[in-house]
Amino acid sequence: MPNDGAAADPAATPRPTPPAVPPSGHPALSRHVRMRFDRTRERYVLLGPESVIVLNPTGADILGLCDGQRTVSDVAAELQGRYDRVVDDEVATFLARLVANRCVEIDDGP
Amino acid sequence: MDRDARMNRPFGLLAELTYRCPLACAYCSNPLELAAYNDEMSTAEWQRVFTEAAQMGVLQCHLSGGEPMLRRDLVDLVRTAAELGMYTNLVTSAIGLSRSRAEGLKEAGLDHVQISVQADEPVTSDRIAGIPSFERKLEAAAVVKDLGWPLTINVVLHRQNIDRVAEIIALVEELDADRIELANTQYYGWAWRNRTALLPSREQLAVAEEIVRAAREHLAGRMEVVHVLPDYYSEYPKPCMGGWAARQLTVAPNGDALPCPAAQTLPLPRASVREDSLERIWDGSPMFTAFRGTSWMKDPCRTCDRRELDFGGCRCQAFQLTGDAARTDPVCHLSPDHAIVAEVVEAANAGTRRDEEALVPRPHRG
Repeated sequence: MPNDGAAADPAATPRPTPPAVPPSGHPALSRHVRMRFDRTRERYVLLGPESVIVLNPTGADILGLCDGQRTVSDVAAELQGRYDRVVDDEVATFLARLVANRCVEIDDGP
Repeated sequence: MDRDARMNRPFGLLAELTYRCPLACAYCSNPLELAAYNDEMSTAEWQRVFTEAAQMGVLQCHLSGGEPMLRRDLVDLVRTAAELGMYTNLVTSAIGLSRSRAEGLKEAGLDHVQISVQADEPVTSDRIAGIPSFERKLEAAAVVKDLGWPLTINVVLHRQNIDRVAEIIALVEELDADRIELANTQYYGWAWRNRTALLPSREQLAVAEEIVRAAREHLAGRMEVVHVLPDYYSEYPKPCMGGWAARQLTVAPNGDALPCPAAQTLPLPRASVREDSLERIWDGSPMFTAFRGTSWMKDPCRTCDRRELDFGGCRCQAFQLTGDAARTDPVCHLSPDHAIVAEVVEAANAGTRRDEEALVPRPHRG
């Protein structure tokens, strides 16, 4: 190949500022991204073109609910039922980062 | 396996299936001694390597080369990697990626395709690639999109095409790619041999950077724009491979296991998957342990605040430029050897330089 910059640091490329996540939007994993359990690291991971994201358990729970049907508010409400603390901001912040990475898409329609 | 070992396993395998290639790009990072890699691993050997990789925690399998499409068993290899749960990425010149072969790869579970493009128009592109290939690349890119794959277009930038970066981005936008990698040449292999003719001037870089910045804004949400700057012009070195033998490993066509594709240049004992398991090589071979972590570092890296950020830069570049792989990467402005790089940069900016100096093509076939 090559010479495709694999040795360099893609993280050095500035990322666009995370967009605001509308509470009424319907988040889902991007078509090109796969979530699976990694037995080695005992964590869920997101796999996409040239990227691996190791998820913490809360992140995996959030994405497990992002089915394109539930809204961002629905996801936060469900998690609040599971955990004791308020997670609204956490859900929005987490999803905004993944939207910026193109791992999650948010359908703004009704 | 204890927890520390599990958390320090590689994420990605770069499987260099062959160094044979129909193109002859003068910036190729393949080794200069291509003939040493003619004894390519068999289908069964690669399948064993993929199985061992997946078992030790590798999540992504990059099928590369040379030109991986020249492997007649590519569909079987993709199928094995996909069945093991790895995300599979084909890194190709697109020569040989016909619709029927693409359909076979899709059916086998290939996840993503990366196609190289040399320029925005056929004359320059075919001159750099060494054969008429531009039109075939565009056709293959359309097939990739048509079959529903995510498409990355990779363009290696250098002195002879960087002035066309706006037109290159426009072409890639037209191809409806999901990602574009604008990667300035890194000087290994054939690119090292051609460094003088490839290294752009400061002015060329500044103009390109402004164009890429504007394009990134304009394409936000539609296309991811990755821009790899040339480390010769950076203040600090690149965090090469995310640290030596930390996140990635490479297996060469003949079974040599390497922390990066350029590491065969270093004076370290060979490690081959034909003679040992991938896991034992990763955990214990000198090739992989020599520069892992920070204990091998000398000053100024040893006491530098950035030692966990850039890991002293690139070991192969340090060896190439100074003869000692444990020295600070000379691109770092703190390196005692920085003058070596500064001189080369100065020469690239001398007013008398022509832009299209002759390139030494890599041979088409290994």
